[in-house]
Amino acid sequence: MNQIRIYVPKDSAARSVGADDVAQAIERESVQRGLSITIIRNGSRGALWLEPLVEVETETGRMAYGPVRVEEVASLFDSGFQLGREHPLSLGLTEDISWLARQDRFTFERVGLIDPLSISDYQNSGGLVGLRRALEMETDAIVAEVTDSGLRGRGGAGFPAGIKWRTVLATPGEQKFICCNADEGDSGTFADRMLMEGDPFTLLEGMTIAGVAVGATEGVIYIRSEYPDAISTMREAVEIAREFGWLGKSVLGSAHSFDIRVRTGGGSYVCGEETAMLESIEGKRGVVRSKPPLPAIQGLFGKPTVINNVLTLATVPSILAKGAASYSGRGVGRSLGTQVFQLAGNIAQGGIVETAFGVTLDTLVNDFGGGTLSKRPVRAVQIGGPLGAYLPVSAFNVSMDYESLIAAGGMLGHGGVVVFDESVDMAVQAKFAMEFCAIESCGKCTPCRLGSTRGAETLEKIMQGENVEGNKRLLLDLCEVMTDGSLCAMGGLTPLPVKSAMLHFEEDFAVRREVKQ
Amino acid sequence: MSFTPWSKESASAVLDTTRLEPGPVLISLQALQEEFGYVHAEAVALVAEACNVSRADVHGVLTYYHDLRRTPPPENIVSICGAEACQSVGARELIAGAKKSLPREVEIKEVFCFGNCALGPAASVNGRLIGRARVADLFAHLKGSGKE
Repeated sequence: MNQIRIYVPKDSAARSVGADDVAQAIERESVQRGLSITIIRNGSRGALWLEPLVEVETETGRMAYGPVRVEEVASLFDSGFQLGREHPLSLGLTEDISWLARQDRFTFERVGLIDPLSISDYQNSGGLVGLRRALEMETDAIVAEVTDSGLRGRGGAGFPAGIKWRTVLATPGEQKFICCNADEGDSGTFADRMLMEGDPFTLLEGMTIAGVAVGATEGVIYIRSEYPDAISTMREAVEIAREFGWLGKSVLGSAHSFDIRVRTGGGSYVCGEETAMLESIEGKRGVVRSKPPLPAIQGLFGKPTVINNVLTLATVPSILAKGAASYSGRGVGRSLGTQVFQLAGNIAQGGIVETAFGVTLDTLVNDFGGGTLSKRPVRAVQIGGPLGAYLPVSAFNVSMDYESLIAAGGMLGHGGVVVFDESVDMAVQAKFAMEFCAIESCGKCTPCRLGSTRGAETLEKIMQGENVEGNKRLLLDLCEVMTDGSLCAMGGLTPLPVKSAMLHFEEDFAVRREVKQ
Repeated sequence: MSFTPWSKESASAVLDTTRLEPGPVLISLQALQEEFGYVHAEAVALVAEACNVSRADVHGVLTYYHDLRRTPPPENIVSICGAEACQSVGARELIAGAKKSLPREVEIKEVFCFGNCALGPAASVNGRLIGRARVADLFAHLKGSGKE
């Protein structure tokens, strides 16, 4: 009999609900039954509500079973799941699961399919094609390809990646850097983590292409310490790429030299801001820098530096491999390509949904997400992390792209969508936004450092019924000062969740009957 | 996890591996914490000397980052995510419940985001991530509970 191949994700979300125990149980059970199986620890397919999602390779494709609990492993074997047979946990062929089949995977093309640290799996599924092509191109042409693709910064700002690269390419300097911002601190976002755990070589390839394009020889990946699995996976991937002759003095035998170091954060949210991140990589306090100078001109250690988010860099290899038009042909308006949305919070079917820009919020939350986990009606959705707006259900027909979300008073950010049911108290959420800013502010500028604390105090007064109208006016005034007067997005955008909550959920900020007036 | 007892000699050996890195202060402190479980007060001068910066600079970095600790860690550390996605599925109640029922010698920290936002509330017990966490799960993974 042929060797049976069984996939059990090693993604930390899958592990958090028992994937390691399930893998061990499968191993144990197969030994007892005298079956010869190979367990592959892949990344997650992204359907996190089905984790641990176990797949078995069959002649017709990979059959999925989930969510699998340890107690069910024996019955899976009894039913013959190792041959792809039916079981109450059967989900059919993985590729036919509608939640996955309806997606358009470009950046996440390979995540969940391969053994993340197998360089042969990587190459057999289209890996290194983009880099090999880039190595034969003029640097100008590589940058033009990225520009033409329409790829914009996925960290949140949405700045065109090609234009940033062109600035670094045009800036003279013997030493240039590629910095990958993997400080994914926004609540409701986990795409960077899943990509690093599930397909680390794609990120290395994107960084190498960036290095070749702008003439940088060193790359740094700055990963937050809350992501230990991503850190260890990336470190291993770097070692493997060095041994393979990809990273190092000669990239795949070419005249280009490029190497990558992995640095870890210290539990500071503001270090996801690009200049604070540079300070942190330099070993200092993660305090935001004034701009200009732009990091593209004076970045890490004062050298010209490309700073891109994980998803931005991880999208580049496929753009180079398939051509700019393959990416720019997707999307709407000036939001081209695909966005890796992350469905989170109180949601029945959470996880990664990668689709072309232009999908509606309703489709994401209700069709893909299946509504709330609690089965109670949705009341609010926060898009784009702790600095993003809260939107009500009446805004659900908004098209999910950079421009439409701004027009709707929100922002796309890193693509996280956090769902709240009717039990949410929006005044509490607004107050939390201010408190979070107070905890995480780097302290450099006054509107952020002090405004956040005063904002939380003022919201507490509103909640206590103290001079409600006067304090609401004061709060809006404070929000204006923070928006206009803060050095970076931390203080500058904290008013967004606060003001959107006040606008769309006015009733939560009215005088509360149960409290003394 | 077991840590080396603090000594200046062991610290110097650790610093020899980090001092020549570009921008060495933060990674030196991180390496010391990994070795000893915390950053001893005597380490500040050693790091300053090794990295050729002032003690004030080292103190500044040491006190800036939430992760760096200046006291030895307790046997059990429970970190619970208190960010929005986990709030929407009961993180506030989980934190309150943990503070009420876990043994007093367990350190309970509120942190912001493990990137497990579709399977919240998320928590970690001594570095092990737990999704859809309930107070009972936190108990089960404490050292001395038999599971860990």
